Amino acid sequence: MPATTLSILLAAIAGAAFFLGKQRAFAVAGGPGNITKLHSLPGYHGYFAILCALLPSMLILVLWLVVEPRVLTALTIQSLPDAQRSMAPSELDLLVNNIRNLAAGDVVAGEVNAVLTNASQRIQELQETSRRLLAVTCIGIALLGATVAWRRISRAFRARNQVESVITGLLIAASSIAILTTLGIVMSVLFEAIRFFREVPLTDFLFGLEWSPQTAIRADQVGSSGSFGAVPLFTGTLLITAIAMFVAVPVGLMTAIFLAEYSSKRIRDVAKPLLEILAGIPTVVYGFFAALTVAPAIRNAGEAVGISVASESALAAGLVMGIMIIPLVSSLSDDAINAVPRAMRDGALGLGSTRSETMKRVILPAALPGIVGGILLAVSRAIGETMIVVMAAGLSANLTANPFEAVTTVTVQIVTLLVGDQEFDSAKTLAAFALGLILFVVTLGLNVVGLRVVRKYREQYD
Amino acid sequence: MNRDTSISTRDKVAAGLRKRHRSELTFRAFGFIATAIGILFLAVFFWSLIAQGYTAFSQTYLTLDIEFSEEALAPGGQLDLEYADFDGVVRQSLRQLLPDATDRRARREMNRLVSIGAGYQVRDAIRDDESLLGTTQTMRVPAASTVDMVMKGNIDRTLPEEQRTASDRQLAWIDQLAEQGRLEMGFNTALFTNGDSREPELAGIRGAVMGSLYMLIVAIAVSFPVGTAAAIYLEEFAPKNRWSDLIEVNINNLAAVPSIVFGLLGLAVFINWIGIPRSSPLVGGFVLSLLTLPVIIIASRAAIKAVPPSIREAALGLGASKMQVVGHHVLPLALPGMLTGAIIGMSRALGESAPLLMIGMVAFIVDVPAGFTDPATALPVQVYLWADSPERAFAERTSAAIIVLLAFLLVMNLTAVILRKRVERQW
Repeated sequence: MPATTLSILLAAIAGAAFFLGKQRAFAVAGGPGNITKLHSLPGYHGYFAILCALLPSMLILVLWLVVEPRVLTALTIQSLPDAQRSMAPSELDLLVNNIRNLAAGDVVAGEVNAVLTNASQRIQELQETSRRLLAVTCIGIALLGATVAWRRISRAFRARNQVESVITGLLIAASSIAILTTLGIVMSVLFEAIRFFREVPLTDFLFGLEWSPQTAIRADQVGSSGSFGAVPLFTGTLLITAIAMFVAVPVGLMTAIFLAEYSSKRIRDVAKPLLEILAGIPTVVYGFFAALTVAPAIRNAGEAVGISVASESALAAGLVMGIMIIPLVSSLSDDAINAVPRAMRDGALGLGSTRSETMKRVILPAALPGIVGGILLAVSRAIGETMIVVMAAGLSANLTANPFEAVTTVTVQIVTLLVGDQEFDSAKTLAAFALGLILFVVTLGLNVVGLRVVRKYREQYD
Repeated sequence: MNRDTSISTRDKVAAGLRKRHRSELTFRAFGFIATAIGILFLAVFFWSLIAQGYTAFSQTYLTLDIEFSEEALAPGGQLDLEYADFDGVVRQSLRQLLPDATDRRARREMNRLVSIGAGYQVRDAIRDDESLLGTTQTMRVPAASTVDMVMKGNIDRTLPEEQRTASDRQLAWIDQLAEQGRLEMGFNTALFTNGDSREPELAGIRGAVMGSLYMLIVAIAVSFPVGTAAAIYLEEFAPKNRWSDLIEVNINNLAAVPSIVFGLLGLAVFINWIGIPRSSPLVGGFVLSLLTLPVIIIASRAAIKAVPPSIREAALGLGASKMQVVGHHVLPLALPGMLTGAIIGMSRALGESAPLLMIGMVAFIVDVPAGFTDPATALPVQVYLWADSPERAFAERTSAAIIVLLAFLLVMNLTAVILRKRVERQW
């Protein structure tokens, strides 16, 4: 029985449980006129029956579907002849894949032999048994749960409290998903990174000056043992981030000041939403614009004045990234400026200083921590930005501070190492996770500090 | 202090006044320029996008009189839909129009004027109606992208022949066909009905749009219930303790984690550990739902906070339980705000591409996905793929795909804004 049919059946059982539970609650109370005799409203008795029927069986259903493929594969491997069972893990994987494909009726790589047909028949049989077992278990448990709930219904039964505590549990579970996500990120990145650092020493990775992640496929192949010195990636990331900040910070800050202090309300009402559009444009679109419009323009301009500019220069990616970050800087600066108490501003103006003097000598110094916190968040955003650099920055890991040359970044390398076919035992693939770990740790640090500064500062004047 | 010899404060101020006013003006000008830079960029950006992209919505079509000859399509008297020479009959009809192509090279160049899609069109026509066999039909077939580029004026005729994608002979034929009225521009339907293709004139965004749609369905189905539930718990039930603080800090940080890291999570956990098929909208949707979860939680919390406490107190005073207060009063009042947050979260998910690269959604996929586990790609990823193609014809299609993407985003954000305006309530 397919999982969808089973789900529909379970839903039907749940529906029946609700109505029967509700009815029994009415019956126990002695008719609709007497429901005040019940501790909980009849509906809650129905909901309680639903929960009893569905929760355990759904849990089993999900667990079963996750565990099933593993168990089936293990059982199939066990049933294979010895010759196949003693194969290398990678070949065995291939064989299992073929067996699966044959069982599912897909195209099989290589010839179909007796071993394959036998195994695929076996896996089909196993699958059918497993599904039948699953259906019986789930429906049995659902019916059992519903019966238990039905029998518990009485006048004094606190159905509402039971239902509410289950719902509270679900709410807590939902809010814990945020923590689970963080944990998942840390675990997945950390484990692969540790495997990488077993092959490549941490110091080589952090302080090595050469990055060429091509590892040899065969041991006797020429030339490429792969070197994983990530310093060129870090400098490249920093270079592009610096260019982006060089654009975003002054422009964003001055925009915030202009819109807060000088512009009329009409201009503000037009300009603010327009600038917010900049924040809503997908990064892949910025990347396209950087690669196909800005980069050629910069190269042509460079040729005109006699500077040789790489077609994938750091400048193009950095400039466009800077534009992308303007709205972030400007809105965070705006918050910081608005948080400065009006009395300070009025005091400075009252003493006869001009508006720019008030801004430069009173408001900005007072708002500085908040602005710096905002800039930290913007830096973290620039470091983690992927699509713009993938499309507009290069792949060659140059150790340079020249903005006209091509550099590569951490995110670009993660993408290049992981796009396409991968095997999870090569240093090349694992290197991406090591880079991911660095990226996560650095951006997390910036975010924690940035958020704390922004918030602390906001509270200070409240 | 001797008042007579020193300059009065007033004079001092007056002396510096001009300088101060000047610096005031410069400061103001800087602010104006900064604001203008952002808006100017926006204008240049949209102008260049539309200027490059609008031509992709039309496409050159070639009108051919195609003879569905029996000897070419059904050699043994039996129509073979798999292997019959459909391209052959198309070429034959083209040869009749342009009789001056005699040697092999010229013929090969001539054959390149018509898209390989023409052969498929003949096949589909005869599959639907076998009685066409033996007749001659006038058909409107897509021209090759070279012809399309020439017709749109994207190929510079003054360049020497070897630097152009179209040869002198091809240019002459194109002019000849245009004179005969055989070439015409029409709406590019392939762009909206086809999946991806190596041939620009056959490439469309339907597969990518469907992939994005399936992914968003998964993402909203996961992140909206979980996000609102988490927001309700944190706002209404959570005790003020370490655990709540931890969750709170976590959510704020997750919102700022680079999206590519979520892709690594998806690869390691969803694909390698749980075993969800690679490249499927299912795994993409899960990754995007984790990505949008913080956005939805933060927006939902703001919506719940906006419900005044007096409503809660009134309900509690009438004997409702805490859960009833939330379920019957707070939630219905906060729902529009939560929905707005969900739409904004989804529009962010729609534009996201970096994590999708990690989980195999960059494959070249021709078929339009028909379910949640079919291999698929997404609209922004399609933009990324096409942007990498060197052909001029793909550059204009990339811009067109971006215009479609931005149109979707615009609609979603406008919905959010209108929803917010309509239900905004002063308590």
